Amino acid sequence: MEQRLANSLIMTVNEKKFIETALLSDLRVDGRRPFDYRKLSISFGREDGSSEVQLGNTRVMGFVTGQLVQPYRDRPNEGTLAIYTEFSPMADPSFEAGRPGESAIELGRIVDRGLRYDSLFTCLNFCSSTTESRAVDTESLCVISGKSLNLYGNRNLVDASNVAALAALSTFRRPECTLGENGQEVIVHPPEAREPLPLIIHHLPVAVTFAFIGKENVVVIDPTHHEEAVMGGSMTATLNTNGDVCAIQKAGGEGVLQSVIMQCLRIASVKAGDITSKIKSAVMLKRYDLKLIFRVKYSEFEKQVESYNTERSLRKIKRHNPSPAGYKH
Amino acid sequence: MEYVNPEGLRLDGRRPMEMRQLRAEIGAVSGADGSAMFEMGNTKVIAAVYGPREVQHRSQMVNDKALIRCEYTMANFSTGDRTRKPKGDRRSTEISLVIRQTMEACILTHLMPRSQIDIFVQVLQADGGTRSACINAATLALADAGIPMRDLVTSCSSGYLNSTPLLDLNYVEDSAGGPDVTVGILPKLDKVTLLQMDAKLPMDIFENVMQLATEGCKAVANYIREVLIQNTKQLEHRRGV
Repeated sequence: MEQRLANSLIMTVNEKKFIETALLSDLRVDGRRPFDYRKLSISFGREDGSSEVQLGNTRVMGFVTGQLVQPYRDRPNEGTLAIYTEFSPMADPSFEAGRPGESAIELGRIVDRGLRYDSLFTCLNFCSSTTESRAVDTESLCVISGKSLNLYGNRNLVDASNVAALAALSTFRRPECTLGENGQEVIVHPPEAREPLPLIIHHLPVAVTFAFIGKENVVVIDPTHHEEAVMGGSMTATLNTNGDVCAIQKAGGEGVLQSVIMQCLRIASVKAGDITSKIKSAVMLKRYDLKLIFRVKYSEFEKQVESYNTERSLRKIKRHNPSPAGYKH
Repeated sequence: MEYVNPEGLRLDGRRPMEMRQLRAEIGAVSGADGSAMFEMGNTKVIAAVYGPREVQHRSQMVNDKALIRCEYTMANFSTGDRTRKPKGDRRSTEISLVIRQTMEACILTHLMPRSQIDIFVQVLQADGGTRSACINAATLALADAGIPMRDLVTSCSSGYLNSTPLLDLNYVEDSAGGPDVTVGILPKLDKVTLLQMDAKLPMDIFENVMQLATEGCKAVANYIREVLIQNTKQLEHRRGV
């Protein structure tokens, strides 16, 4: 039994009219202009590959895990990317626990579509270096599964989830693997033995969501919960900074002219540039934090060094339990 | 692999801007209020519409509009390998959602409050472009059921392989890994309701590909209009008008 689209906000006619009329004078209810994004902040967890993104009041957590599996038969040189989304009832009264509803699945597929054709797969370079010297039916490749856990929604979950997935993927490190002596088995080196490798990311596809409100071609970016309840249709465009359109999803709803769509894409490419630079600087900051800590090691602050070392070794012990129960999927 | 050979012919002998052969039949399911069978080349889809009728689950009733439900399934035998879970998987759920929202935009739901319209679409043969064929079949079925609509909704897909925009991809071209743009339009109003794209495309090339798909949609719309007019003439004839 399918569910209605998970927007349980009941709007009065007055509220609807207010939002629509305000938009006619380019004013939005939260004070933004039609093409302004809400404040985006990206933070990372302690483990590699975990991120938390806050877009206005929407919070999304992303977590990346990788494991070795057999590749698909028709694409033996590539790994696979699987996206799982979970809407926890803690986030919004309309979310139900258990099986993902329609909007969760749609969200997962939108993010998936944007990332899938991204040649993130050539991160499996480890495989190409070994398969060049061996037969192509080397059995294992990495599977990266990205999982977003939506915590609190003030809507526009697509954009926030996309940023969370990108941020998590940028900081994820996979263990290094080499082939065994007879070329058949794969040895996964634990992170203590060999430093885990980051993924090779060619470009960052950023999702930008537009909402079409009212009948007079009014377009806003990054709709809030109220605007989503009022809108006639929405479009999510995933672009990167190289000027490529990676994915578009406009699943029905109000009809719009082609010229409006192209205009939206142009605006989206500008916004994508902003968001990409924010993601990159957040990732750099995280990497710089680690470098700073190593510099401290070589200075006279022994106590700090020692306490950090113990914390780090405690963290390493924690690594032996790979995935905490909550993220099992 | 070469998808467009140097003479400009595709794998199945079509030109890049040529659509596959369309065939439509109204009234394929006699028990439904409206039904249609739509073929685009080898892709064959059947749609059945039930409604407007009483809402089955009282809790879902909407007081000022009709409730639209849509279910997309693929028959087990529709693809090359027998599929094991034809419905309930993520792709089917997403496509059901997409078709429902597309049709919701064009049905005049406010004329039928407190009622329900069910659209069931099943793919009998899948050879690329199933989403588009389903939307076209659903449009015909809704028209056959006499449900008031703003305009027809027609849909077509296009892609970009070997540096050529191609119209109406079949399965082989679709699985080539190149971009696949599916467009659904309201032809009389010339507005785009459905737009989905995967894989990367530079923006200016995307504009061309989208334009091509829109032209394809308009061609489908002309065909659908003809089919509906034929059907009406037949009905008139049977009534002795």
